[in-house]
Parts: sequence; C-alpha cells; structure tokens
Amino acid sequence: MIDRDTVRHVARLSRLRLSDEEQETMREELSGILEHIEHIQSLDLDDVPITTHVVEVENVLGEDVPHEELSVEEALREAPEVAGGGFSVPRMG
Amino acid sequence: MSTAVALEPVIGIEIHVQLATRTKMFCRCSLSFGDPPNTHTCPVCLAHPGVLPVVNAEAIRLGIVAALALGCEIAPRSVFHRKNYFYPDLPKAYQITQFDEPLGVGGHFSVLQPDGELDVGITRVHLEEDAAKLLHLSSGGRRAGAEQSVVDFNRGGTPLAEIVTEPDLRSASDAAEFLRQLQQTMRQLGVSDCNMEEGSMRADANVSVRPVGSTELGTKTELKNMNSFRFLERGVEAEIARQVALVEAGERIAQETLHFDPSTGELHSLRSKEEAHDYRYLPEPDLVPVVPAREWVEEIRSTLGELPVDRRRRWMADFGISFEDAEVLSETVELGAYFEDVASRVDPKSAANWIRGELRSQLKDSGTPPWESRATPERLAELIQLVGDGQIGSSAGQEVLAEVVASGRPPAQIVDEKGLRQIQDSDALGAIVYELLAANPKEAEQLKAGKHKLIGFFVGQVMKETKGSADPKKVQELIRERTS
Amino acid sequence: MESRTAEESIAAILAGETSSAELVEDAIRRSEDDPWGAFLARDGERARARAKEIDAAAERPPLAGVPIAIKDVLSTRDLETTAGSQILKGFRPVYTATCVERLEQAGAVVVGKTNMDEFAMGSSTENSSYQLTKNPWDLGTVPGGSSGGSAATVAARQVPWSLGSDTGGSIRQPAALCGVVGMKPTYGAVSRYGLIAFASSLDQVGPFARTVRDSALLLSHIVGQDPRDSTSLDWWKPIEMPTAERLDGVKIGVIQEMLDNGIEPGVKAATEAAIATAEGLGAEITEVSLPSSRHGIAAYYLIAPAEASTNLSRFDGMRYGARAEAEDLLEHFERTRGEGFGPEVKRRIMLGTFALASGYYDAYYARAQKVRTLIVRDFVAAFENVDLLLSPTSPTTAFKIGERVDDPYAMYTSDVCTIPMSLAGLPAISIPCGLADGLPVGLQLSGPAFSENDLFSAAHALEQAIAFDATPAGVA
Repeated sequence: MIDRDTVRHVARLSRLRLSDEEQETMREELSGILEHIEHIQSLDLDDVPITTHVVEVENVLGEDVPHEELSVEEALREAPEVAGGGFSVPRMG
Repeated sequence: MSTAVALEPVIGIEIHVQLATRTKMFCRCSLSFGDPPNTHTCPVCLAHPGVLPVVNAEAIRLGIVAALALGCEIAPRSVFHRKNYFYPDLPKAYQITQFDEPLGVGGHFSVLQPDGELDVGITRVHLEEDAAKLLHLSSGGRRAGAEQSVVDFNRGGTPLAEIVTEPDLRSASDAAEFLRQLQQTMRQLGVSDCNMEEGSMRADANVSVRPVGSTELGTKTELKNMNSFRFLERGVEAEIARQVALVEAGERIAQETLHFDPSTGELHSLRSKEEAHDYRYLPEPDLVPVVPAREWVEEIRSTLGELPVDRRRRWMADFGISFEDAEVLSETVELGAYFEDVASRVDPKSAANWIRGELRSQLKDSGTPPWESRATPERLAELIQLVGDGQIGSSAGQEVLAEVVASGRPPAQIVDEKGLRQIQDSDALGAIVYELLAANPKEAEQLKAGKHKLIGFFVGQVMKETKGSADPKKVQELIRERTS
Repeated sequence: MESRTAEESIAAILAGETSSAELVEDAIRRSEDDPWGAFLARDGERARARAKEIDAAAERPPLAGVPIAIKDVLSTRDLETTAGSQILKGFRPVYTATCVERLEQAGAVVVGKTNMDEFAMGSSTENSSYQLTKNPWDLGTVPGGSSGGSAATVAARQVPWSLGSDTGGSIRQPAALCGVVGMKPTYGAVSRYGLIAFASSLDQVGPFARTVRDSALLLSHIVGQDPRDSTSLDWWKPIEMPTAERLDGVKIGVIQEMLDNGIEPGVKAATEAAIATAEGLGAEITEVSLPSSRHGIAAYYLIAPAEASTNLSRFDGMRYGARAEAEDLLEHFERTRGEGFGPEVKRRIMLGTFALASGYYDAYYARAQKVRTLIVRDFVAAFENVDLLLSPTSPTTAFKIGERVDDPYAMYTSDVCTIPMSLAGLPAISIPCGLADGLPVGLQLSGPAFSENDLFSAAHALEQAIAFDATPAGVA
C-alpha cells in the first residue's frame, strides 16, 4: 500500500533520518495501519463538513500590550549551542 | 519567414508590510529594530514545548484597515492555518498564516499616473507572522561563505499583512509606482511605516510575458524580496528582458524563484536542493476563527478618512495643481493638511509652488517640517498674497519668508520694517523715468527707434535708483509710455 | 500506608492532626521508593520548602499543602520536563503550565513528574524512552497509557492524586487499568498552556484520584479560561463536590457498539453488573447506538498524528533539547529528530505527515475530519434521549508488558471506547467497577459538553454503591 519511495519522501518531509531497516519496518507498519483504517474510504462523505474545532469559540484576541520578556540568559539557557547572543545554526549549504 | 511577435510583460506583486503594532502577532513581546539579539523573546516566540499562540487584536484591526483601504471585502469569518517547513528561522517549523479563508478578498487599488489612472486588482489581504533573523557571524557575508550563523528571535513573530495583487501590471515602472502609492496609503493610515530599508515593507514580483493580445498567462517566475523601489524596477526590468530574450530564442521559461543582485544587475535562481515544497497546510487547532462584527468593520471604515488617492484626485481637479505637485504634497498627512490650509487662503497653485520651492529650501537645514515651522499656513498665505498683489517682489518675498521662518512675525510687519514694499506710485516713478531718459539721450533715442532690448537697461537703472523697491512691471509700463 | 484521600488529608491538616510538611515528606519518601517506576523526576527540596511555607501561612490555601504528582507532559519551571522523550533529556522549562500554576496557587505541592509514553503516544507507557511503569495490581502488566505513571502512582498510594492528559483515552484507560478514578473534562475546560502538545484539537488535562470527590475537587481548581489558551472556555458553572447517592430519573444510555466486539468477557461482566447497580439506584437504562463510532479509531489515527506531526516539528535541537552532530542543516534536522524520537513517535509523525501530504490530504486528513463530524452528530442525537452514556473504559484489563509492542494497531485498539468522546470533545470519567481475574475494570460515563457536575454526581453514586476496594495487593 505504501512503497519505499513514499516512505523516503515522507521521512524527508518529516526530517527524520531512517536507516534502510527502519524504512522497511516503517513501510510494513504504515501499510498495516492504513489497511485497518481504509474503511473510511468507502463512506459517502460528500455532503459532510469537516470538524477542526469542537469548541464554538470565536474572536479570542489579546490586547496589544507588551508582557514580560525573557532575559537573554533565560532565552539561551536550554540551547545546545550558542554564539554571539544567538542560537547556533549548523552550516547551511 | 519569422515574424517578430510583440511580447507584453504581465506582473503581479506580493507585498509584506509589517503592521505597526506594539507587540508581536501571537505573543506580547515588544517589536524592536536594531536591539541586541534575543532581547525580545518569550516561550511563545521561541516555540518552547507547550506554548500556544494568541492573536494580537491590534493586528486584526490594522489588517482590516489595510483591506478596507484596498477596497476588499472583509471575510465574515477568517481562519489561520499552519504552513509547515523546516528552517532555522522558523522555530515551530510552521508559520501561522492564512490560507483559504483570508481576512480580506477582492479589492482594487487605483494608481494615479500623469496621464490617467491604472486600476490594479487586489486578490487578497491576509495576516501572518514573520520569521526570525539569521545573523552571520563570520566576515564572509553571503550564506555560503559564512562559518557560523545564529538565530535572533527579536523579529520572529512580527505581524505582517500580505497583500497580493492580480497580474494587472504591464511594466516595471508601473510596478514601482504602484508600490510607491501603496506605501503612501499604508503609511497614512498608520498600518505600517513601510520602511523598505528596515524590511518593514518587502515586495516579491511574479513576472511572465505573453504575446500582445493573448489572454493566457505565460510561465511565471518569482522575484524575491526586493528592498527598494529602484531594485524592484530594475529587477523586474531585467527579468522581463531575460524572458523576452528566451522566448525570442524559442526557449522555454522555467518556473522558478529568482533573486536580483542589484550590485551586478544579475538574476540568480534560488532553487532549493531539497524536493519541491509541500507545506501540508492544516487549520491551526490552537486558534479560533476571527469573525469581525459588521459594526466593528463599519466603525473602522469610518475612521479611514480621505485616502491619499482621493485627496490627490481632488486637488488636481479642484485646485488645478499638477500630478507632480499633488504627489509631493500628499506625501504625508501633515504636509497634505498644511497645503490644504494654505490653499484655502490663497491661490492653490502659488501655494504649491511656495511650499515645494522656497519654504522647503529654507527649512532644509533645520530639518523642521513645514507644519512644525513658524511659517504657519496663515503667515505663508499672507506672504504669498503680498507677492501676488505686487506689494513686494519675489526676492523680497524670499527675504520676508526667511524672517517669518525665524521669528514667526506677520509678513506685512516685516515688509514695513525693512521698507521692502515696492513703489507703486506712478508719479514718483514717472519722475525718475523722465530724469533717466533725459540723462541717457542716446539710449533713449535708440529705444524710441525700436531697440526694445534697451527697456531692460532702463528698468535696471530705475531699480538701482530706487534700491530695488520699485515694482519692475510698473516701471516697464512707464518707460513704454514715454518712449512710444 | 497512607489511607487518606486528598479531601481527608486537607481536613486532617485543617484539624491540626497532620501538616503539609508531614504529608509531603511522606510522599517524597514514597516517590523515592518506587518499584512501579511511576516517577521520572522528583522535586523534594522545593516541595519541602513549599510545604513549610504553607504550614506557616496565616491563612491556609484551599488545598492546604496536599502533595500531588504531575505527568511529565506538563511544563514545570526549572524542573526537568521530558514528555518521556530523549529529545528533551535534561530540559528545564522556563515557565510553568497554567494548570500547574493554578494548583500551586491553590496550595497543592508538586513532589515530582510521572512517567508516560513518549509525547503521550501510547496506551501502555512502554513507549517511555526512560523506563517501564508497572501496574501496581500486577507488576507483570502495564499500567495503561499514556498517563501510566500518574495512574500507577495514585494506585500505589504514593500520592493521593495526580494530573494526567488525555488525547484519545490517556487518562481514562490507565485509570481503568490501575483501578483509580480518571477524568477527561470537556475540551477547553482546562487550559492547555504548558501542556506539551500531542494533538491540539483533542488534548485535555484532567485529574487522577482514588475517589470521585477528589477528582471533582482537583478539577475545580484547574478549570477556567486562560488568556494564554484561545481554546479555553469561560467556565461559568463551578465544579461542585458530588454528594448524590441515588440515580433516580437519570437516563443512562448503554453504548451498544462498546459492549459487543472485542470486549473481554470479564470486562463485559463487570460492566453489566455496574449497569444493574445503576438500575438499582433508580437510573433509567436504555440502549444507544453510536453507529459512526466504529470509524473512531480510523479518524483518530489520522487526525491525531497529523496534528502531532506539526506539533513535534519544533524539536529541532536548536533552542533546547538534544542535538545531533551534523555536517549540514538537512543532516542536522534529520539526525537530531531521527535519533531523538522513539519508534512510536516516528511512526506517528510519518503517518501524520503522510495524511497531510499533497496528494493524500483529501483521502486521509480531510476524510477523517468529516468522519469526526459524523461522530459528533451521533453524540448530539444520543443526548437528545439520554443524560449520560455508559460503556467500558477499556475493552480489556491490564495486559502483559510486551504483549502489544510489536503490533501498533493492536495497541491502538486499546482506546476504542475512549476515542469517540475525545473526537467530540466531550467529558468522560472512568471509575473502577470491579475486578476481572484480579485486575481492575473501568466503567466509563460520558456526557454532553459542560456536564461535568452531572458526571461527577452519577459517578459518585455508582462509586458508593459499587464500593470498589481500591487497594492493590502488595501496596503498603
């Protein structure tokens, strides 16, 4: 149902490095799961709207008033690598 | 036989303007420009685990202002989506933006031109958040050579309105003029300061070419992030030339994203090494729909006032001032109001000339804008009136203006004090003319014989005799009378 | 053995029979003696200081300094918060989740963080990347999940109550398997600010406790609108302490689909006994069908992974968390995430990315969101005729450790009875209703949005009548 190319494509979109072995396992497992949920394909849903939110709330807006900010030290505290007051980024080719 | 088919460019623009809020789009960190890196952050804009966005109310209001000014319909319900892609400047790895239900749709914008108006369709206006900024620490400059890049999240999450036009523009200069007038409108409405150098207004252009008369669109390319009007114009011009050359050579145009390098005038493809983007848009579950009340929208509409385009149209029609005068004088709301005030008191064309000419040059050094200067509209109008009536000459007028700018005193008072009022008295002037003609018999004869150039000589003599206080027009009249 | 419920502990503190310091000290000691593997992090020092402070205060806060444990999916300032994942190993948040903040203000004392399936993805807590949690009723079985640690710690009486989170059953199912009360409130009742997101449109925080009254008490302190969560609701109706002993006139619908297929005989028997008890208390029992609920798992396992795939994209090793060595940016992203996430998380990210990807979106994600509409409609129709719905919480009792780890779909079916309410955003509570082969069986009651008080009330009446002995063998 899902081939290796699709697995590779989706893994790239997801930014997940998968070994060859993991790709194969993933292919089998995803195919298995999709097979189990395939029955929704046969439902007639043409006139059914989608539900994205279950609460009927609208217009929740915050006032444009500054709040307390983090100190630079706090902002950078958990970063694996910092330089020059910023978060280090790997080499971009 | 090859027939050269005339090609026309088809251009659409996408503009991002940074909204003039105090805080970010989805958190209440302050907006700043030029502060040290990462001094305006919180867990939300750093995308810490567990945080949630909250829409900035003022961003919605400014978005509605922009959409209304562009003649858009405000959607009764608009929603936010997540646009997914990985990049270091996008901390959540998705941008919260609007997708198929934007804030405003279906507007248009009139671009005033010296010879008419150009109507540009506005496809949509939507709201979104800006990415953070990548800083390159090495001296290398461009990305490829940089050894170390870091992210500064001060800008991350800045509220943006994206304005998308229909492909209605047909030249690079029209595109630039469109952008200029759009900038003026957004600035005057307080939507954004639209500072292209600081990146608070950025433009992308979609460019294609097609045979004149065709209604189909050719393959388009996208020119990214041109940060000045001149670069936009030059970039689009270069791209049109490139496409025309390709088509004429029988080659195909590839759909791609391009970067214009203003230093070399070249276009570079920004093709990513990765596969084509698949943004996997999905409705943002953390936010609820924006459903602006009709009354709120109408209230906002009522605060817009006269749009710059309408003001300029009115000035040209009612005041008879030129396209260029109207363009310059409507640059800011304050200048426009100043001009209107002066124009309501004296001849509008003279008002335009004085404001654009003498007043501007006199205020240049101090940098004071006219509406904050001592030359109030009332004073300036008085001065213009004195000159117009011939009470003082134009060079005396300049002298008086300098004094008005310095002291704010009434021009008439200054004129009297300095004795600048022109002698209008025909008898007094007539006597001087008579004496001078008598004292220069040879020139007087020649003038009588038809050598009209000599009028200037006699006018000069009279002005010298009266230390410049004579009305030269009057003097000329008297000389003619006595030599004909 | 600490036999007091939270409510009793508060009374004892107020009566001067004990103190917060004493109870907190006891909870810390118990959390350190943890054969069940319930705790990931402990916060003894701050807990002791806070207890002391509360004991010394002129006016005691409402929760009087009673200890509590928090699922590791909730952000706690300066206290390691990992969501059960290696990608957050050592991560110390800079802020505290709203619900935890509210509890602390109300006088609860956080003693530690509990184990969970990585990023709340799982039904057995076996997907924790740190440790297994064992069911106090049988150390060879799982406690359920994803809030396995929070369920086990209450069952093992390390603390009287705890917080968990429920996306498709992650509070109710482990509560059922561990023989405690677990409650998932109406979507929006409790702020999600600080809850590390799994599936944003489904996630809710809720209480674990040994009694329905303790559940109500705990929930009463965390509900309500939060300006930092746009989807949180204005909770105008306070949560009341339930007192009902009868169910006279209460119309209870038994969900047919959830008593038929795949339900273990022991679970079915205990559920039927509970139905009889309810009838005996005066409830009107009817049969109700939720025809679309059989598509619940399919819809859920597309919607939740789709949301998860984007929620988990922020874990990129730049601002916090683990970071892999890499030559370039692409490798950095792929290795950091490939190595930092466990197999189930990667599986769901892949499934979710697939469901949203161009070419598959309409067939998977969009269809699933339409099925969700059908399920919502089923509930709307059902609640036209009944006040509450009844079903088992889990089709099985606690299963053996390792039994389902190699079959993801079998694991997914653990939530067959809890997922429909999650998709519809409805409140539901699981209470223990008996034992099957020595393992607890959970009974699920669910109601319309905002029916928390009715649910607690009915659950309390049933709890009193069933009189389940909530003490696992071996817990002392």
